[in-house]
Amino acid sequence: MTEPVPFVSGVAAPLIRPNIDTDQIIPSREMKSVGKTGLADGLFAGWRYTAPGSREPNPDFVLNQPGFAHATILLGGPNFGCGSSREHAVWALHEYGIRAVIAPGFAPIFRGNCVRNGIIPVVLPEEAVEAIAVEGAKVAIDLLAQTVACGPLSCSFEIDPSAKAMLAEGLDAIDLTLKHCGEIGSFQTRDRAARPWVYLEDS
Amino acid sequence: MTGVQWTAKWRPPLPEPAPRTLFEKLWDSHCVARLDDGAELIAIDRIFLHERTGSVALKALAEAGRTVAEPARVFCTMDHIVDTRPGRTGTLVKGGAVFLTETRAAAQAAGIRLFDIDDPDQGIVHVISPELAIVLPGLTLVCPDSHTCSQGALGALAWGIGSSEAEHAMATGTLRMSRPKTMRVTFSGRLQPGVTPKDMALALIAADGAAGGGGYAIEFAGEAVEALDVEGRLTLCNMATEFAAVTGFIAPDEVTFDYLKGRRYAPKGELWERAVAAWRLLATDPGAHFDREIVIDAAEIEPMVSWGTSPQSSVGIGGAVPDADARELGYIGLEAGTRLAGVPIDAAFIGSCTNSRLSDLRRAAAIVKGRHVAPGVRALVVPGSMNVRRAAEAEGLDRIFAEAGFEWRLSGCSMCFYAGGEGFAPGTRVISSTNRNFEGRQGPGVRTHLASPETVAASAIRGAIADPRELAQ
Ligand code: SF4
Repeated sequence: MTEPVPFVSGVAAPLIRPNIDTDQIIPSREMKSVGKTGLADGLFAGWRYTAPGSREPNPDFVLNQPGFAHATILLGGPNFGCGSSREHAVWALHEYGIRAVIAPGFAPIFRGNCVRNGIIPVVLPEEAVEAIAVEGAKVAIDLLAQTVACGPLSCSFEIDPSAKAMLAEGLDAIDLTLKHCGEIGSFQTRDRAARPWVYLEDS
Repeated sequence: MTGVQWTAKWRPPLPEPAPRTLFEKLWDSHCVARLDDGAELIAIDRIFLHERTGSVALKALAEAGRTVAEPARVFCTMDHIVDTRPGRTGTLVKGGAVFLTETRAAAQAAGIRLFDIDDPDQGIVHVISPELAIVLPGLTLVCPDSHTCSQGALGALAWGIGSSEAEHAMATGTLRMSRPKTMRVTFSGRLQPGVTPKDMALALIAADGAAGGGGYAIEFAGEAVEALDVEGRLTLCNMATEFAAVTGFIAPDEVTFDYLKGRRYAPKGELWERAVAAWRLLATDPGAHFDREIVIDAAEIEPMVSWGTSPQSSVGIGGAVPDADARELGYIGLEAGTRLAGVPIDAAFIGSCTNSRLSDLRRAAAIVKGRHVAPGVRALVVPGSMNVRRAAEAEGLDRIFAEAGFEWRLSGCSMCFYAGGEGFAPGTRVISSTNRNFEGRQGPGVRTHLASPETVAASAIRGAIADPRELAQ
């Protein structure tokens, strides 16, 4: 169960580079426990700190700059979140306080992970993302209306209805699906007859 | 008006069923329900976990008081952070032991089959799953690992998910999915000698960009794909995720069936015959529609090598570093205009779920045989599974590598990625048969050049990036 995010507003930190991968968002060496928490410190560790393993802030990195440290929105480049499937990338962003990422495109697994963890993946054209970065002011994302507003700028975005519903209501996907247990059961009965080799027995 | 004469025996022909793609057949046969929000509930036939991301899914599931619906269809391996040095007992990653112990405990509690560190079948998930026929044509298989798309090579719908989705799949036997768009990538013609499936994948991504396959389920087809053995097909499909695709797959054919027959979890006897009959119907029907098509002339592909920090930053081995983003060139430490062939390397790595199977090791060994790694170059071979390792040893490949100065390791992901354990020193230039050359992927500051196993082998011998065709023997 995640908190619903029908609306997000706040400072948007620009990190507009293509192909920002999940190894950058949270390096594997920062995944220290079998859990979903304690990850914010390792967020963007390779860029955020002066040396691997160090915690000395690199002043050049956007989240270390005054004004962006409390960003709730990240502006990214094309193919954001590519690479490893590690959901830790999204857990780290969420724990840091990020509630939405605006980018021209997302890698599919990362996008799915966002939806399940209360981060809105907003797809806008590259020019719009850059215009928001230039404007630099506060950004407001209305998920229900599917709009992004920033100073004089305003644009609408597409999001698939199932992702929208999950985010806006903070739904638990497993609970939702278990309501279909009747259909799952009858599918399996039919399927077991048609493709018995799929069903392995306990060894 | 001349009417048709209807007789008792003659009936108008039934309308032809619309031609369908392999993807549509796989998807439709797994659709359990259409959901109100436009997504579909897709039945999941196999779930594979590994200790790095699967452990958290198993643990979270248990903590939520939920159970694994069908443990017999869930498998788990220890591959990502296990030590690969002979005599291993655990992991070299600081604080990593907890991932092994918690995975072990959670797998046991859930009643799922674990290929533990000392199991004779242990290995990298995408290597052992086909090896043991856990993945089969026509199945859906998911794993919290982005390279799960590799397994589409067998004609399955196999894709990487997050840990929360793994929990969902284990608890419900399904996933909620929006239907992806479809793409066909056709490799027409034949590959030149010395050119491999790895080069096909890099050529595609270099041509169309790392985001080029964004959101698509991709069928690889064409003469050059049909000519590949299953191991080569696994390499090609492995890189679909580097192309931002949801997954990649190849229609199952006689090559696939011959490969699977008799393997551990493959159906046997009469069930095998029935399964193969069903699998023969999976191939895309003539005239079926794809949302996008790409055609590449396989004969034009050269051995490829990457020069930057994305797989799209790759060129033919005869090429030069282009005039690119200063940040990317700065990280990789090369200037625009530098010819790739001849760039000195510090290390050579043969391994990973992309290129660590027996055929990969054979082709690399054929180049290395009777030669020696260049002075100052560290070279390693890490077989993808313990089965691959034993098979290679039975052919004497281990001795060829060892005599040439390569380390011969136990199986695992090893230095494909850096998790805080073993790694290369900052600044090291590595030629690597892996799939990702991201900043820091093989260690902070490490410079990765992606290439085929034979290109890695040739470069290790020369001490510089080298065209494997020049060292063919
Ligand atoms: S070998 Fe590398 S890419 Fe493959 S599963 Fe392991 S870490 Fe991931």
